[in-house]
Amino acid sequence: MADQSTSLGMPATTVVPDGVAPLTDETRREAREIIARYPRSRSALLPMLHLVQSVQGYVSPAGIALCAEELELTKAEVGAVATFYTMYRRRPAGTYHVGVCTNTLCAVLGGDALFATAKEHLGIGNNETTADGTVSLEHIECNAACDYAPVVMVNWEFYDNQDPASLRSLLDGCQAGNPPAPTRGPSRLVSFKEMSRVLAGFNDGLGQEGVPAGPPSLVGLDIAKQRGDVAPSYPAASTSTEA
Amino acid sequence: MLTPVLSAHWDEADSFSIDGYTRHRGYEALTKALATDPDALISLVKDSGLRGRGGAGFPTGMKWGFIPQGPEGQGAKPHYLVVNADESEPGTCKDVPFMLANPHALVEGVIIASYAIRANHAFIYIRGEVTHVVRRVQEAVQQAYAAGHLGKDIHGSGFDLELVVHAGAGAYICGEETALLDSLEGYRGQPRLRPPFPATHGLYACPTVVNNVESIASVPSIVLGGAEWFSSMGTEKSKGYTLYSLSGHVKKPGQYEAPLGITLRQLLDLAGGMREGRTLKFWTPGGSSTPLLTADHLDVPLDYEGVGEAGSMLGTKALQCFDDTTCVVRAVLRWTEFYAHESCGKCTPCREGTYWMVQILERMEGGTATEADIEILLDTCDNIFGRSFCALGDGATSPIVSGIKLFRDEFIQHINGGCPFDPVASTVFGGVKA
Repeated sequence: MADQSTSLGMPATTVVPDGVAPLTDETRREAREIIARYPRSRSALLPMLHLVQSVQGYVSPAGIALCAEELELTKAEVGAVATFYTMYRRRPAGTYHVGVCTNTLCAVLGGDALFATAKEHLGIGNNETTADGTVSLEHIECNAACDYAPVVMVNWEFYDNQDPASLRSLLDGCQAGNPPAPTRGPSRLVSFKEMSRVLAGFNDGLGQEGVPAGPPSLVGLDIAKQRGDVAPSYPAASTSTEA
Repeated sequence: MLTPVLSAHWDEADSFSIDGYTRHRGYEALTKALATDPDALISLVKDSGLRGRGGAGFPTGMKWGFIPQGPEGQGAKPHYLVVNADESEPGTCKDVPFMLANPHALVEGVIIASYAIRANHAFIYIRGEVTHVVRRVQEAVQQAYAAGHLGKDIHGSGFDLELVVHAGAGAYICGEETALLDSLEGYRGQPRLRPPFPATHGLYACPTVVNNVESIASVPSIVLGGAEWFSSMGTEKSKGYTLYSLSGHVKKPGQYEAPLGITLRQLLDLAGGMREGRTLKFWTPGGSSTPLLTADHLDVPLDYEGVGEAGSMLGTKALQCFDDTTCVVRAVLRWTEFYAHESCGKCTPCREGTYWMVQILERMEGGTATEADIEILLDTCDNIFGRSFCALGDGATSPIVSGIKLFRDEFIQHINGGCPFDPVASTVFGGVKA
């Protein structure tokens, strides 16, 4: 079912592959909701691409076309942006998208071994998806959790202080559809598409779940309390509010 | 020795909620600020000595003071505040736990800063790869709107502010402030030529302040405590408290909030030292873009001047500590691969230079390099440094130049016989086979 609207021998741009949900009027309505947040419409492009991923699991040609139409840009302009950012996928992500940090600190502390474990356990390589579509895998750059190294992210939720055994059990849980909860995150791991809606700016109300801080975040505070170390208190004169 | 302010209540179960925040005088600074002249607030932040916590250390109050005010020229255009929450510098892990545990301090700081620079629209640009942090900040903003801290005529002051939480999409370069602005405008995140600076031509070519999360979050405490209180901590030119992030082969990695000027020796003492039976080999004072230091630098005061005099930069205070099981060539190669991956491609020296340096370092790690390759690496770094629009290229040269300077023998050892290190020994799970 080739798209008849193209006539330059270019690949069809709006064909929806099997198993991928189509973009709907609702998607378009939500895209306009995103646009309304910004002083200038084009600022909405990144969240709109997250919105496309929340429906289709990747940035499809149809998604690029939708963004272009709503923002009055060319598809080339939208495509140029979509391909610049690594979180936008050109093929559908698994329900659970697994990222293993292999930047220097995590790599040295075990991230390289973890990435090898993940490839072997899933039988797939970097940027590939399991045949059943449940798990996709990539190695990622520093994810700002170096005090929890080595770190694995699933759907961009934290799985801190991993080792090969804990990673294998995490991957088994993902493949069986019942992954453990993130170490610092909501009580349930949401799917890649559900997560993408949050990044598009549609909050899912799960922010009040989970710990305020993991143990390494509290190490300094705990030591300060043991030692009796405190910051100087606010001077009395400036503590009364003037209003 | 430690001075928890931002992190003082992270151990309370609801520290991230508006109730948890107001229990500890949250939003009191806002009330006080809204009753103060905006110019007086800018002076207050100038007097406090607060310097940007995102790495460069530029005085925050001065940045605010650069925003043109008044009805003429650029001053007449809308003003914007943009918070740089795109924390991605390797080793840097302070803003993410902060926003997870205490997002309201950031929101309150945003409102006060926007009022001071006379911005009615503010943005928090958070890297996209931290979903729960995005949720927490989104919900903090929702709670602040519901409490009347955001929106129209905030608490009857006549001041209006809309605050948008914007998630990025995976690009280290967007932590560079002008690339961040391009990204927020819906373009590829590529740095702009400066001047003009964001202060006059920032978001949508309007006057814009771009500040790091920790800088903005420090503002409510300065409003409540005063400039003298804040500057009673720290050193002569580096004032206040800050978050130091200790990671790597240390017994207790984590966040340590202390006055600027504490030393790594003091922090390691608190953290129980390096892991059992191992010694410190090299460390970064502020992420991978800051030149490596060694055990010879344990007593360097970790402030902007002290680390500068030691030949490195304070950066983001990301103290990545590696012990003697770590291969420096492997570490440097991996960081270089990172810079090659993240180079936006705009400037030729950075785009091409990082690509070729990866090839040379791969040869070195694989044992097929020659001693001439060391000089080629240094020469390439020389041709990147200072020759690109932004600091990414400069940063890419830091681990290589400092690594060769401190460990030239180890590079030569690789050339003559391959890598002598066992990668298993450096992992935290030791002998466990993957």
